[in-house]
Amino acid sequence: MIKLSNVTKRYGGTSGPVVDGINMEVGAGEICVLLGPSGCGKTTTLKMINRLIQPTSGKIFLEGKDTDEFDVVELRRRIGYVIQQIGLFPNMTVEENICVVPQLLGWDKAKARRRAAELLEIVALDPGVFLARYPKDLSGGQAQRVGVARALATDPAVMLMDEPFGAIDPINRELIQDEFLRIQRQVKKTIVFVSHDIDEAVKMADKIAIFRAGQLEQFDTPDNILARPASPFIAGFVGTDRALKRLRLVRARDALSACGCSVRVGESSARARAVLAEHGADQIVLLDAADKPQGYFTAAQLHALDGVLTSAHAFRIQNTANPGDDLRAVVSSMFASGASWLPTVDDDGRFVGYVSQAHIVELLRVPAVEQT
Amino acid sequence: MKYERHMRAAACVNAAIGLTLTVACTSARADNWWSSVAQYRSDIVYQSIQMMEMVAIAGVLAIVVAVPVGIYMSRPSQRHGAAVVMQTLNVGQAVPKLALLALAMSVMGIGRVPAIFGLWVATLLPIALNTYEGLRAVPRALIEAATGMGMTPLQILWRVELPNALYVIFAGIRTALAITVGTAPLAFLIGGGGLGELIFTGIDLNDFTMLLAGAIPTALLAIFTDVFVGQVQRGLVSRGVNPQS
Amino acid sequence: METLVFIWDNLASIARMTLEHIEIVSVGVGFAILTGVPLGIVITINERVAKIVLYVGSIIMTIPSVALFGIMIPVLSVIGQGIGFLPTVIALFLYSQLPIVRNTYTAITNIDPALREAARGMGMKTSERLRKVEIPIALPIIMAGVRMAVVINVGIAAIAAYIGAGGLGKLISRGISQSDPRQLIAGAILVSLLAIAADFGLGWVQRFLTPKGLRSPSRTIDLALRLGALTGFRKHPRHAQ
Repeated sequence: MIKLSNVTKRYGGTSGPVVDGINMEVGAGEICVLLGPSGCGKTTTLKMINRLIQPTSGKIFLEGKDTDEFDVVELRRRIGYVIQQIGLFPNMTVEENICVVPQLLGWDKAKARRRAAELLEIVALDPGVFLARYPKDLSGGQAQRVGVARALATDPAVMLMDEPFGAIDPINRELIQDEFLRIQRQVKKTIVFVSHDIDEAVKMADKIAIFRAGQLEQFDTPDNILARPASPFIAGFVGTDRALKRLRLVRARDALSACGCSVRVGESSARARAVLAEHGADQIVLLDAADKPQGYFTAAQLHALDGVLTSAHAFRIQNTANPGDDLRAVVSSMFASGASWLPTVDDDGRFVGYVSQAHIVELLRVPAVEQT
Repeated sequence: MKYERHMRAAACVNAAIGLTLTVACTSARADNWWSSVAQYRSDIVYQSIQMMEMVAIAGVLAIVVAVPVGIYMSRPSQRHGAAVVMQTLNVGQAVPKLALLALAMSVMGIGRVPAIFGLWVATLLPIALNTYEGLRAVPRALIEAATGMGMTPLQILWRVELPNALYVIFAGIRTALAITVGTAPLAFLIGGGGLGELIFTGIDLNDFTMLLAGAIPTALLAIFTDVFVGQVQRGLVSRGVNPQS
Repeated sequence: METLVFIWDNLASIARMTLEHIEIVSVGVGFAILTGVPLGIVITINERVAKIVLYVGSIIMTIPSVALFGIMIPVLSVIGQGIGFLPTVIALFLYSQLPIVRNTYTAITNIDPALREAARGMGMKTSERLRKVEIPIALPIIMAGVRMAVVINVGIAAIAAYIGAGGLGKLISRGISQSDPRQLIAGAILVSLLAIAADFGLGWVQRFLTPKGLRSPSRTIDLALRLGALTGFRKHPRHAQ
């Protein structure tokens, strides 16, 4: 969808290129985050895509066509652009702000207004209330949403965002990031997003491009960057807790193990011991007729126990995990209750499997030869 | 906003009452003071119209020249020359109005034309300065957002920069016009007529009533101009930009 | 040019008139500073009072100078001072009030509230805070107001020649009444030069009084300070968090 081919930017007289020979490709419907420390060239690269800055050399292709061949104003009207300071025009109402580009493109007024109302719904703002408001009456979070709505007005295929959530407080930022991902699932735009926050990048990106001093150091999925950073710089940049960061990327449902290792109320202790042996596990969960966990037994306990199993003998289960939880939350829960494993139950309370520290470690292990 | 309007009305009324009372109390001719002033009624009307005509012509011509100059100076291409030009205009602002009118007279003779010319120069300086400053004060982020969205420079000027600078531009126009009304009586001294006739003749003849017959309407006209432009400002400046709404 | 010859020939009387002019303006503005700055500081305490005071001030400003002279004359002739020095100085005093009071008020209220908090948090009393923090920061803006008042008043004092106050305006008025272009031009140019010189001179003083940390090399900011005062700009709302 967007292709950068050997893109370089040099400012006359200064030491080196600000952006040096960037080659990367962003696929349709993907979010690509340009990440890096201040001054690394990520914002310059972003601005070269819509030609707010002209590349010194190299080419940028949008949907296969060289961006140089477009009329620059036409090009920008086809790309949604969101900046950190948001830049809502104070002299216009929210509705007028959103309708700016449609108006420039000659849309019918009624169509534009309907679109504005539609967009406010998509960004979860009540059109009845917000269409007539002025930017000065909006909170930071609301203004940012209107900024996003404005960029989506003409349904552009591509959106460029320059630290769009930087000006919002951390709590609202989380919320609006989640909102944005929800919107993206609905609209499936190709997005290039500049950020200096590794956590934001890991959360939002399909692909991350790490910049340093004008060069593209690594271009890969968040998980790969966290698991296999290409250089010590990147390893340092993503943080020494990168393994923990990776936990955020995996859901409990993808880390289940020993799903069949369970025993029902009324079954015998011998049966339980057999199941344990079959799975090579140390603990087994006791389920009732509805598959809901009633407690658990350890191997040692079962050796001493004979006969029919009831919940009276079982250890109480302190904590459970939900298949939709990310592993970071699950591990946090394990630490809090001192357990090395948790039974996972779905929304109806039915047992679906175990999440254990051992299995998580195994899942996320990176072979030594690939480590930095 | 309502409070402000009330304050303004109250201030005008108070000013008028205050003036009347002060003069009435201190003038020996308290009893027939009002009838004395009233004898100048036709002069007041004639000279007021004469004076406001001059103000209107000079004002409109000033706006027509100053605003485009201010806009032009604020363009990025003019960045280098602008500071010098603005500094010159600033210096020009310091020149006393009487001197301006006198110099106009020395070049153009006496009459309405040099008076209007002098008033025009005096009015256009602050308007140009305010237009320039108002446009420069528009946040860069707005212009960046507008450029990124695909607006041409002309569209940005018309839809983003000017509406957002309008409050300051109007403040400049309002102040400049009020000052011009205050300066207009001086036009009489170079043969331009206006309420200055009543005022200066009153001073020369030691005729207090004549003097007041010129002074009070001038003051009221200045206040009226300020209020009038304020109303236009309220009508034209977007509610989203007005810091007082 | 004949005007230059004229000035040279009459240097003594012109010098005297210039000094008269400067004297009138200085007295008027001087007293205005003495009352205006404290008034500007006092009204920062209550926003409502501030609004009223500033509005009265701007009402005075909209009264044309000639009109104000006109009103002063009957009032002051009761005590036999109807024309000349006193009504002029009083009028100049009144005209200087608004720029000085408004600039003082704007300067103090536009000081970042965070600075006030920091000062209070450090344990400064209000008077200490005013003295050590707020007034030094406010000083350049107040000075800009004084400068504005002086420049306006040089112009008004010229008009005051018509009510017998003396000063360079006399050259202009005589030039007009005697149809003498030399006096006219001499008067006009000299009074303009005086105003411009005062503007630059006080501008220099203003920069001198600006604390080094706040000095900006930009003339445009200087301009903005003055225009901001002219339009009553508010950067920090009074009760921002």
